[in-house]
Amino acid sequence: MRAGRSVREGELAVYTWIWRKLPGGIPGKVLGCAILFLAVVALLFYVVFPWVDPRLPFNQVTINQ
Amino acid sequence: MSSDETDDADRAGQHSGPESTTEADSRSAGATAVIAPDIAHSRTEQTVGDRLRTGIRGVGQTCITAGVVILLFVVYELWFTDYVNAGQQKDATNKLEHAWKSGDDPLVGGPGKPGDKVRSIPLGTGIAIIRIPRLGLDYARTVVEGTNTADLDIGPGHYTNSALPGQVGNLAIAGHRVGKGSPFLDLDKLRPGDAIVIETKTSWFTYRVLGDRASGSFTAGTPEGIPGREIVDPSDVKVIAAVPDHPGQSPTRAMITLTTCHPKFSAQQRMVIHGVLVGKPRPRSAGLPSALRSQP
Repeated sequence: MRAGRSVREGELAVYTWIWRKLPGGIPGKVLGCAILFLAVVALLFYVVFPWVDPRLPFNQVTINQ
Repeated sequence: MSSDETDDADRAGQHSGPESTTEADSRSAGATAVIAPDIAHSRTEQTVGDRLRTGIRGVGQTCITAGVVILLFVVYELWFTDYVNAGQQKDATNKLEHAWKSGDDPLVGGPGKPGDKVRSIPLGTGIAIIRIPRLGLDYARTVVEGTNTADLDIGPGHYTNSALPGQVGNLAIAGHRVGKGSPFLDLDKLRPGDAIVIETKTSWFTYRVLGDRASGSFTAGTPEGIPGREIVDPSDVKVIAAVPDHPGQSPTRAMITLTTCHPKFSAQQRMVIHGVLVGKPRPRSAGLPSALRSQP
């Protein structure tokens, strides 16, 4: 596989790049993916979504002018 | 980029589209002079086409990523906020019950300044427990003072300028419909005559939803024509007036008003429940009120 192909290849080029860069053979890559995914989810659930949530119109339950 | 050109040459050798036919024709012609311009011409075409494909792949990849993030957000709103809220409710309930045991009542002991007409209770403090038997005999939530986002994250919030439990006027409470513990998710299940019980340090207050219990009508025979349930605009502040729907009028009854989102997953409107205090406040020492002794 050529390094130059990485940008062009497949629908999920960034993800295939991450897959290739992860060390440790197949088990290492799977573990690395899981860790990365959980880290992103933690960032979303504890930082990003709580910040976004009050700014969205879905959750207003009060009456005010 | 040299790697791009390498790829182009690579692709030129594959049967991957109209360009390869041109290449094959050029080679069969045999003359280098004929091939070179053709290769150059098809390489330029491929570069443009490839850039377009790369762009489309980038968009596709972004869409898939965005889709996953949105899915995660739905999971967050529907489950994770409930999980976080459970912990906050537990804390608030523990603090309130501890205060009651040590003789404090947040409803009474606010640190108002001299000359204040109304004692102010710190926002986010638990002040009472709301129980709604129609939603289950074990349904109970600690109500906090205030209706800001942070206050409502903990549980149902008491509109700060509205009446306190048992007081003449309108005890107004807002609560989330979906997410953050979903305290008022099933408010639509309330029927006329259903009890809303407020527990404070000293007493049980039983309010009942306005309307005719027998017929199920929210509007039949209600005081001042106030409906037991109505759907209003978010800006319709008259529903939390001292006499609901009658702003400026002096209150003579102790009423309760609950507000939440409507429809369930939208903030377009508000569902509003009105109730009136029935009977005298029951001292805690007298045990559970009848409304809490059996499932309606």
